[in-house]
Amino acid sequence: MSTAITILVDGVTYAAWLFIVALGLTLVFGVLKILNIAHGSFYAVGAYVGATFVTWFAAMQLAPWMSVVALLLASVAVAAVLAPLTERGLLRVFYGRDEVLLVLVTYALFLILEDATKLVWGVNPYFVSAPYQLFGNVAVGNQSYVGYDFALVGVAVACGIGVWWGLNRTRTGKIVLAVIHSAEVASSMGVNVSRVYTFAFMFGIFLAALGGALTAPMVSVQPGLSVGVVIVSFAVVIIGGLGSIEGAALGALIVGLARSLAVHTWPPAELFSIYVAMAVVLMFRPEGLFQRIQARKI
Amino acid sequence: MKPVWLGLAAVAALLLAGLAMPKWLLFLSAMAAANGIVCLGIVLLMRGGVVSFGQGLVFAGGGYAAALAASKLGISDALLLTAAGATVATLLALPFAPLLSRYRGIFFSMLTLALSMVLYGVLMKTDALGGSDGFNMSRPSFAGMRAADAWSDYVLYAYAVGLSGMLAILIRIYFDSSRGLVSLAVRENELRVEYLGASVSGVMAGNFVLAAALGGIGGALAIMRLGHIEPTFSYWTTSGEFVFVAILAGHYSVAAVFVASFILELVRSFSSSYFPNTWQMALGIFLLLVIRFLPRGIGSLWMRQHAVRKSAEGDA
Repeated sequence: MSTAITILVDGVTYAAWLFIVALGLTLVFGVLKILNIAHGSFYAVGAYVGATFVTWFAAMQLAPWMSVVALLLASVAVAAVLAPLTERGLLRVFYGRDEVLLVLVTYALFLILEDATKLVWGVNPYFVSAPYQLFGNVAVGNQSYVGYDFALVGVAVACGIGVWWGLNRTRTGKIVLAVIHSAEVASSMGVNVSRVYTFAFMFGIFLAALGGALTAPMVSVQPGLSVGVVIVSFAVVIIGGLGSIEGAALGALIVGLARSLAVHTWPPAELFSIYVAMAVVLMFRPEGLFQRIQARKI
Repeated sequence: MKPVWLGLAAVAALLLAGLAMPKWLLFLSAMAAANGIVCLGIVLLMRGGVVSFGQGLVFAGGGYAAALAASKLGISDALLLTAAGATVATLLALPFAPLLSRYRGIFFSMLTLALSMVLYGVLMKTDALGGSDGFNMSRPSFAGMRAADAWSDYVLYAYAVGLSGMLAILIRIYFDSSRGLVSLAVRENELRVEYLGASVSGVMAGNFVLAAALGGIGGALAIMRLGHIEPTFSYWTTSGEFVFVAILAGHYSVAAVFVASFILELVRSFSSSYFPNTWQMALGIFLLLVIRFLPRGIGSLWMRQHAVRKSAEGDA
């Protein structure tokens, strides 16, 4: 029983972290139709900037809770600076090309950012564990968990509900939905599609950076962070159906639970349990769990 | 038959030129040939309109098979090791072929990627195969003879170049066969191909298995040249580099694949020795420039313009 609880708690906290990142990925795909490999790089940059900001805040002798604000500011900064630069400067050139080719464009971007982060932050690890202690410990059953992990679940739920509400219940959201449905028609109705693209991309990158910044206190921030994240969050959005928010949530849960089940029952399977889960889902639902059926081109 | 003679002439010229090459160039070219074979598999798939982001699966499968055959079974003959690589990679891909033939676009790419990552996970955790460190294998022999040290680099080069040249010619013939041309038609419009009486999923599954065999051969060649294998053979960044080469080459010319593979090896080895911290960046910028300015790959530079244009219509 206690193992079951552990599996559940671990799975859900992992899923929460994953959901934040995958939500950004699925949003960018939904609006821009780009499966962004560089999403993981923005995640890594978020982690680095987060670590840097926390160190600065600590140097200014601010209250400990301000370190969380530092993490938040870091992700906003990454989204505000890097996202428009990437979208306007790079991706715009390739719009309208084949989806797989766009994946390669972002792969190139991933390679570039990979080295760029090394140039800026070097190859030595950064440690900023201060925010991790902020929320104390929580006892579940006879196990004790770090409160920060549960705070992360809160953030993930808030992000999910926020994005869902924003898209379905606000005017701006309806405009975005219109662009997702058909950019051409939206444009002819007077929507500034290119601005929607930029903002959607910014928001997606913000979520990636937020995921990274919030992870920074839990790990040592070093090169190689981005590589693993990309593929796992791909698995999540593919399971859920590309471009679907509910799908990303369910996908994150499936992946999180599959991984924690493997970790606690058969550790050697940890690395591939995620992909097995993905393969199984795709076998029965080739387009993912929440993908709408599309008409075939004749 | 023109491409066949051209191919044979090119292989003969390369074998002769190898005699005058310095050691580092022999090594580089042999690796480029080995990787080129893997990329040829991706190009084969690309002609049908799908891009595999997981050729690392068969590359590692073939590599591990050859390395295991050498170290555990004591086989040292290069041809047998290559055959082992090809066989295992084909068997590895076979069960997935019918499944994958149903997928297109990003889903195909991601599923193949997932498969290669599963293998990566398994290899990392299998201590019998050296876990994350992998293991070494000794130099292969040719027809029962082991080349003298002074000649070993050339012999491996000649084997890699000769074999990849032969395969390239065979693939060219396949491309121009009616089955190969159906692949191009699938890329244009699947439904019409079905109405015309060809089996789309049959062609796609066949291409996938063929690409797997090529990947296995490439893996076996690479491991013979490197003498060491590790799970990163199956990591997604390795597969990414193969796709990089395929995109750089474009799907019109077979020779372009090897040129592109050679360019990648050259860029990699020069930039990793001159600017070790930014070579990936150089690679990324290079890739972007190719996609932007040479959308049909370097092969389009010398393939007859009208042929390229005709099959590129509707490519977007």
